Formats: sequence, structure tokens, C-alpha cells
Amino acid sequence: MNQNKTFTLDGKTIPYTEGQTIIQAAMAAGEYIPHLCFNPELKAHGSCKLCTVKANGRQTASCTQQPTPEMVVESDTQELNDERRALLQMLFVEGNHFCPSCEKSGDCQLQATAYVLKMMSPHYNQFYPDRPVDASHPEYLLDFNRCILCSLCVRASRDVDGKNVFALSGRGIKSHLIVNAKSGQLADTDFCDADKAAHVCPVGVILKKRVGFATPIGSRSFDELPISATPHPQGACPVCPRSDAATLPPHPKSRGA
Amino acid sequence: MTINVHYKLTRMSVESDKGSYHQRVFMISPEKTHAEYLDTILAHHQHNANNLLQILIAAQDVHGYIHSDAIDHLSEQMALPRSKIEGVAGFYSFLHLQAAGDYRVLFSDNITDRMAGNIDLMKSLCSQLWVEPGKLSEDGLVCVGTTSCTGMCDQGPGMLVNNIAINHITAERINAIAELIRERVPLSAWPASFFAIEDNIRRRDILLNSQIQPGAALKAMLARGDNATLQEIKTSKLRGRGGAGFSTGMKWEFCRDAAGDAHYVVCNADEGEPGTFKDRVLLNGYADTVFEGMTLCARIIGAKQGFLYLRGEYRYLLPHLQAVLQKRRGQNLLGTSILGHEGFDFDIAIHLGAGAYICGEESALIESLEGKRGTPRNRPPFPVTHGYLNCPTVVNNVETFASTCLITTHGGAWYSGIGTETSCGSKILSVSGDCERPGLYEYPFGVTIAQVLADCGAQDTQAVQVSGPSGVCISADEFNRRIAFDDLATAGAFMIFNQTRDMFEVARNFVHFFAHESCGFCTPCRVGTQLLSNMMDKLADGNGSPYDFTEIEKLNVLLQSTSHCGLGHSACNPVLNTIEKFRPAYDKRLAHKDFIPAFDLDRALSQARQMTGRDDTGAHLESSHESK
Repeated sequence: MNQNKTFTLDGKTIPYTEGQTIIQAAMAAGEYIPHLCFNPELKAHGSCKLCTVKANGRQTASCTQQPTPEMVVESDTQELNDERRALLQMLFVEGNHFCPSCEKSGDCQLQATAYVLKMMSPHYNQFYPDRPVDASHPEYLLDFNRCILCSLCVRASRDVDGKNVFALSGRGIKSHLIVNAKSGQLADTDFCDADKAAHVCPVGVILKKRVGFATPIGSRSFDELPISATPHPQGACPVCPRSDAATLPPHPKSRGA
Repeated sequence: MTINVHYKLTRMSVESDKGSYHQRVFMISPEKTHAEYLDTILAHHQHNANNLLQILIAAQDVHGYIHSDAIDHLSEQMALPRSKIEGVAGFYSFLHLQAAGDYRVLFSDNITDRMAGNIDLMKSLCSQLWVEPGKLSEDGLVCVGTTSCTGMCDQGPGMLVNNIAINHITAERINAIAELIRERVPLSAWPASFFAIEDNIRRRDILLNSQIQPGAALKAMLARGDNATLQEIKTSKLRGRGGAGFSTGMKWEFCRDAAGDAHYVVCNADEGEPGTFKDRVLLNGYADTVFEGMTLCARIIGAKQGFLYLRGEYRYLLPHLQAVLQKRRGQNLLGTSILGHEGFDFDIAIHLGAGAYICGEESALIESLEGKRGTPRNRPPFPVTHGYLNCPTVVNNVETFASTCLITTHGGAWYSGIGTETSCGSKILSVSGDCERPGLYEYPFGVTIAQVLADCGAQDTQAVQVSGPSGVCISADEFNRRIAFDDLATAGAFMIFNQTRDMFEVARNFVHFFAHESCGFCTPCRVGTQLLSNMMDKLADGNGSPYDFTEIEKLNVLLQSTSHCGLGHSACNPVLNTIEKFRPAYDKRLAHKDFIPAFDLDRALSQARQMTGRDDTGAHLESSHESK
């Protein structure tokens, strides 16, 4: 591999290796590009479009676009940040997001990204969709109200856990997350705490029961530093939930217990 | 006597019960009953996950919806997770996971259907059947709703009953249909005249005049040689007729030269752009030519397998197309050693769509062919190198394949001499809307809008929507513009609006179409098309202000720059086009100088009024916008 290949990101020289995408190379160099549906440990999806950059003048998702030598990439510009803010606002009005009462508050990537991009209001009219909560599982709760359809749990369950617990169904604005059970309930799937999918949700959909609000305000992920100022060693994003959880002992299946 | 009483009682209890007959039968022995028909379907499709969509369509045919137990059986037999099967089924409008009625009536809701009064006809049918639009009747008999353009704009208003097209709907026909449904007359016993579909070919040029004998183009290719034939296609300067206009010869050459385990030919017959219906007529009258064009392509790129992806709305064409394929196999124009040439093996399978416009986008079409949700892929790589099953694939429009036969028999130079310098050959237009003779008009490229309008008998024309909602709306001062790739590129739709039409409503119809058809993959298109739809409804409700124009323009920029595919890129076009050219249609809706919220307190109470059956003044708020 040619280690000397570089592109520029907002004027800074970024080295990259063959096969890396723009966002992967940027992360490895400690640079932040806003993102939600991207997690370095999973196959890129390119759906949230938060990571949109201008590469040689053409807008593209940096999580799926590979750089070319000497490519000029713009990311932290007023124009792009305005667009990202609008995308965030769309995600906020599409679901039901009430940060003050959400147990993911302070650890939520959607909220943290909105702070970084200085989103002051939802701007658009709220859709107020009707999305019932699934509390069937003994250890986990699914609050679909906060789902941003990033499909990280779908990919983690399919590609890492080999389980296909989650999938997207519906189309357009009616797209929604489903689970792999005839009853439609998480308790009737083989989902467990050891799954990667249990730990990749960037927002507050997949929640472990009985630990909500355990972390005091002041000690949560983004209380000290904004999401943009968190270092990104070895191309792994520390704010994206890690696979460490997968090393926890498997959860004894206690259906109906 | 005893038996009679017993029979009567059973019948009564059946009738009083909600839900369909089938549901109750399956409660007795679900697995066995579903396994019986599903195993036949699965065997027919080799239990192949790539055929999942086809399997689901066939499974739905049996009971009108895909039963939850049926998914269990499919999941087990195909070793696919249930979530995947539900996810696929949930994507397509024509597939149902819950009982959707023994009669599923969908009114085509293109603007041309609206202009022909489809909404009043739907209301009439609903009131005669005592149902609400979009809701299953309590006895499980019927569901009435709308669907995107069914491609019958020259003979609308159109509808689909259990996915079979009925056109020329009149109040009289609606009364008859209501009666047939109430009497539970099976669709097969409905008057045959209901299902008549016209070709309405009004002007023929090189393609529609051609009478290429089956096999003639193949023989010409085999005589000339594969490379020389490809050269002829390049010489012809043929460009894709689906609208994008990529060079066909180059596409075939790229695909031929791309490495892969296999190569595939795909004919895109998912003609979903509202106002377009030329492919329907070509498939009806020129199927041999289309299939022969696919076979030419197969020979040149080295493909053994081809697919025709037929939109679900054109399902009535399936028996005809299968018969043509079978005839061609008999004539050794398909199958092994075609025309006696060893190694020239090729066959074509037909895959049905199921109500998803986005599957007309070539990478979404390929996903759908692979039995998945029709989500457009990240591109590059393009299908010519990574298409069906990640193998090199040519995806061309129906008209493009048919044109390659003409070129092969008549030569590339002949073809490139027709039309204009950059747009060679002919183009078939699907003319509909306000004119005396709607139908198909084939012209050499370069024809002016004015010429087409004169030929089809259009009068007092205010505007023409060229190439459907994702195309461009042009006004009278532009009627000297030409149909050509470097002026007005088009997939074929040509919708005419006379001076009486409200161009705001035209744009609103198109915006609703995009919101309905967005695949939902990317944030800007999923949410943005819905926001745009809501904004247009807000203007329609009389709550608009200049502020909303600014918002629409901002949305357009966002959708153009961040959307995943062409649907999002073009979703704002109809609004921006009409704001620019038909501003008075908007101005009259801008009742307010200052911003007015879309939220209307009084309207928010409508659900409560409906539940309580009240509509008196006491049940209304004085503060509604209307009373201001």
C-alpha cells in the first residue's frame, strides 16, 4: 500500500490508504466530520447524509466516498454545516424527541451533534408519528419514537451477531424498524445483552432497563467535551458505541421470566 | 332439515364474524394449508432468495395478502430471517401483510386522472360500498384507495382491481363495479369490456412502422459479426431512451469488457414516471423486437440470462409476454445454440414489480431483481461493472432495446441520419391531458412542442409537462423548444394542460407523488419530500405566505445536494418550475403577508368531531384561520 497518498480536508493534509473512505481517513487523522449512521466498526451505509462533504467540488457522503490523490475535500464550511443542521432538524421533527426526559440525554449522538452544529430549534413542523414502545424484553426496552433509521442495529445484528434481530420495513416516511418475531416483540427474538446490536444505537431506541439516568449529569459522554472535540485514535470513533460490550457474558435467555 | 339448520347457523356465524373467510379457515390448520400452496410456489422459484419478491407476489395471489403463518413457512423453507421477508414485503405498495379485502380497488392518481375526475369517482364508489378510502370494509370484502399513475393516461381515469387495470372509468362504470363487488362476483366474471386496453398509436415513425420479422436482427448480427454489430450501434449514436441518454453502444462495450463470473441483460420495463405509457404499447405490440434487442445485447456482452422487469401495474401483459417468449424458444431464437450457433445460449425471465416507482432507478431495480427492498445503491460502482449479483449488467429501457434491432437490420449510419446531430433516431412520446387525440406519437428527434400540440389536437394550451414530474414544465412562450437530449430530454411523458388548469394543483399532485414514492433510505428525501408535501398542502389550505417560498427554495437546495438518488434531486422541480412560470397560481394562495403556521387548531379537532359525530358550531373553534 502506498502510504504517501494524501488529500486535503479543509486545507489540512490527510494521509490515506487504499480502500479507506474519506471519513475513515479523517478520523484516523483526528479530524471530525459529523456523522450518525456511520460507525467505524460496521459497513458504511450512507443514508443519514450528515457526513456530506464537497470532494473536488462535488457533494458526496464521506462515509462511502473514497478519496483520490490530492483530492480537495471541504467539510467544516458554513454551507455544509447549514445543510447538516437542516438534516438534523428533519430527523428531530420526523420522530418524537424530547431530550429533557430521555435517558440517553448527554450520551446521544443526535443531541450532541445538534449542539456542535448549533441547532437552536427544530425549525420544521413536528410530524408527531405514532410509534408504540416495545417493553416486552426483560432486559431491554425499544423506544421507536427516537429511531432515526440509521440501521446500525440492523447491520450489527446481521453482520456481527449473525442474528438479523432488526430490519427496516415500510417505505418513505413510513419506513420503520421491525424485529425478527412473529409477534413483532423483542422478547420473542433471540436478542440479548451480549449482542453488538444492543450497543450501537446512536440515539435512545435500544435501552438497557434499570440503568437509566444512572450516570450523573456532569459525567455523561458529552458533558465535558463536545462530540467534535473527542479524539479519534486508530480510526475508531470513541463516541460511537464500542464492541467492548460484546465481551460481556451472554445473557441467559429468560423469555417470559 | 337438521343439516339445513346447521348449515344456516354456520353461515350466519361466518358472516357475522369480522375478517375474511380465509383467515378463519387457517385458524384450523395454518401450517398445513399454507405449506400446500407455498411449496408449489417455492419449487417453481427454486427456493431462491433472489426470487423472494416473485415468491411473495405469488403467495399474495392466493389469499389477497401474505399471511403471517405463510411468512413462517417461507422463512423456514428459504432459510431467511422473518425480519428480512417482512422488510421486503413492507417496501412494496402492492404487497399486504394484513387482510386487504377480497377486492382491492386502487384509483390511479396521476394529475391526468385528477383532471378526469378520479376523486369524485372514488368518493362515489366509497359511498356506494359504505367504506372510507384506504380502510378495509368491516366485512373484509373491499378496500378502496389511490395509487401512483398506472400508465393509462391516454384512457383514464384508470384503476386497478386486484392489480388488474380497468380504464375509461365513468360514473356508470362505477355503479356497475359497486354492484359486482357487493354481489361478490369474481373478477374473472366481470364484463370483458372493462379490461380492454387500447394502444392508441397516433403517429408512427421508424420504430412503430417497422415490421422486423422475429430473428431478422439476430441473423443480421450473426452475418455481420458481434464486434461489427457493436460498432454499428456505436455509429448509430443511439442513447438510452429511459431519459438519461447514456450512449447504448458504450454501455454495452463497457459491460462486455468488465470482468465477472457472468454477464446479465436487464430490460427496464418499470415504466413508473407518471404520464409515460409507451413501453406498455411496445410490449403489447412489439414484444418480439424488444426481446430480440435483449438477445443482441446478450450476444455482444456474453450474457446467458436476461430479465425483463415488468411493473406490477402492467401485469395483465404477463401471459402475452410469456407466450412470446415461449414462441421464440420454439423458433430457436432463445434457449441453447440460438439459430444453430453453438455457445449462443440465452434466455429471458420476467420479474414483476409490486408498486414501487423507485425500482425504475437502475440500481434499485437490480436490488428488487435480487428479491430485496428497492433501495438505490451507492454509485459508483455502476451496474455495467457491478450489477445483478454484483456481475456486469446492462440495464436498458424497452424502447432502447427495440431500437437496437432497427439499427442492426438497417445499419448505424442510416439511424444516425435521422433526428438531430446529438439526438439520433426517433422518440416515442406518451401524449395525455388536454388534447383531442391522446396516445403514442413517434417523431424523429428535434420535433417542436408546438408540432406535437398541433398533431394531437391540443387547444388553448397553458403548459406541457415534459418527461413527467421529474422532468420540466414549460409554458407557451417555450413551445418552439425541441424534444432532444440537448434541449428537452425526455423518457416520453408529455402531459398537456389547457388554460383552465390550475398549475399549482399540478405541482401539488407531483409533490405528493414523490413523497409517496421516496424509498426512505436517505434523510433528505425521506423527510424532505414529506415536508414539501406538507408545505404545498399548507398553501392549498390558504395558509401560505412568501416565507413558505423561501423555505421551498431552501429545501430544493438541500435535496439537490444531499439526496442519495435522482428522486430526491428532482422532487422540488415541479414546484420551482411552476413558481417561476405560473406565479399567479401561487400568488392567489398567498393570502397572508406574514408567516402563518400550518397548524390549525380547528382542524386538529376534526378527529374529535368525527368520533363524537358532531359538526355544530359549538364543536368548532372561532380561531381557525378561515374565520380570520
